Amino acid sequence: MIVDVAAFIGAYPYTHLPESSPEYLLAQMDRMGIGEAWVGHLPSFLYKDPAPGTALLLESLEPAGERLRPVPTIHPGLPGWRRDMDNAKDAAAPAIRIYPMHQELSPDGEAVKESAIAAGALGLAVVLTVRFEDVRQRHPLDAVPDLPPSAVRALARADQRVRILVTHAGRAFVEEVHFGLTAEEASRVLWDVSWLWGPPENELRKLVATIGAERFAFGTGMPLRIPDAVPAKLDLTGLSSGDRAAIESENVNRWLQW
Amino acid sequence: MSHAELIDAHAHFYTEESGRTDWQAVNDARLEAGARMGVTAHVASILGTWGNSSPTYFPSPDDITHGNEAMLGLTRAHPGLIFGYCVVNPNYPDHALKELERRFEAGMVGIKLAASRRANDALVDPIAVFAAEHGLPILHHVWQHRRREWPGQEASDAIELVELAQRHPDTKFLLAHIAGGGDWAHSLRAVCDIPNVWIDLSGSGVDSGMLEAVLEAVGPRRMVWACDVTMDTGLAKLRHLESLELGSTDLDRIRSGNAKDLFPAGVFEP
Repeated sequence: MIVDVAAFIGAYPYTHLPESSPEYLLAQMDRMGIGEAWVGHLPSFLYKDPAPGTALLLESLEPAGERLRPVPTIHPGLPGWRRDMDNAKDAAAPAIRIYPMHQELSPDGEAVKESAIAAGALGLAVVLTVRFEDVRQRHPLDAVPDLPPSAVRALARADQRVRILVTHAGRAFVEEVHFGLTAEEASRVLWDVSWLWGPPENELRKLVATIGAERFAFGTGMPLRIPDAVPAKLDLTGLSSGDRAAIESENVNRWLQW
Repeated sequence: MSHAELIDAHAHFYTEESGRTDWQAVNDARLEAGARMGVTAHVASILGTWGNSSPTYFPSPDDITHGNEAMLGLTRAHPGLIFGYCVVNPNYPDHALKELERRFEAGMVGIKLAASRRANDALVDPIAVFAAEHGLPILHHVWQHRRREWPGQEASDAIELVELAQRHPDTKFLLAHIAGGGDWAHSLRAVCDIPNVWIDLSGSGVDSGMLEAVLEAVGPRRMVWACDVTMDTGLAKLRHLESLELGSTDLDRIRSGNAKDLFPAGVFEP
């Protein structure tokens, strides 16, 4: 069963999305053979307080049962963020999302580290988004820089219980972080494959050869992006069936049971 | 038109002068991936030396000659599978027209304009005239809504391409990589009523709603499937188009039929 670790519901503030409902996600998942998705509330990345977005997320996903698993957004700069983290745990979330750049937090600062450590202590992974859109494509008011690789390294080193899922990272970002960590630290970082290109450059195949298939996960970025992209990439990348199964679900499932 | 045909109207290859040691492997990977995807024709260009001895988007005459020569070599090595665009730099008008004459004679099927000179500049006019006279399409690199100058290129956006297209209504233009970054919706507004501009669907972008918006703006008769440098996103967009239940006629047009109308008659026939 394929697990999509990077899906959303809700509007994107900078451009119209034709569809962004749970029903849309489920229909696309059926079309693509995706069994389960980790779902965030998209506009919460800009909310001063993401808690109402989380309430809406939980309510919206509830009818879908375990196929759509909530990934609430936490703002580590807000008083009482630990309560939000506890609520995420109570909602059976596999992970929480933090957006240090959009939340105007130092991406490797104490608040973000503290929240990652707290998530790790609760058994929650931390989802970090390098970017939502290519810099060429962004709205003129969307001037927030990409997440820097140093932030991922800092969080991976913060505590042995911290697990990080990084979405929308390019090849250079992945390599800089992976080879800038010890093997133990790197083993707690997963990368979604959405921003790693297939042939002819074959970035994904090169990375599987250099850092291993066990470091990757399947993330579509729906509804920002069409879900066809990741299966197409995997079809063209020429991975072994074992490596493909690892990326599609086994890595993230094993990671959750850690 | 056969549903089996699939023409990639925006492809690239490399040479030993391209400044990368894996150039041959990347060329081979394109052909290998194309075979897996069912690509029956790669229409490709080589942008000089890709920055090795002159800038990719401002190639020197010598580098252009090298790239075009190498491109022709690939077409001869893979007859019926690889087809060539002639690259020119409008800042060297004499060289550009000489290249066009000799490369067209040698079998190249289109003209590639990258970003050496703005599309609406008068220096581009003789190239557009040549294209119309010889029935060649111009694939024009476009930055979808260029809000400022970006380093490394004198990129044009759709509004500037439309100025050129309106000056040359008998020339067929292919707006490059609608999914190649930037604001594709801006480009669609600019070209929707310009009948001699087709949309090349290539680029790394796979935004939800983009293909539907292209369909609504220009219809299936002006959509041309292509990959550019990311073939996986090309395959993804092809599959998404298939999921839209367009009907086989419209899908065949996007896969290959529109490209056949754009390029000189019969070039893709066995």
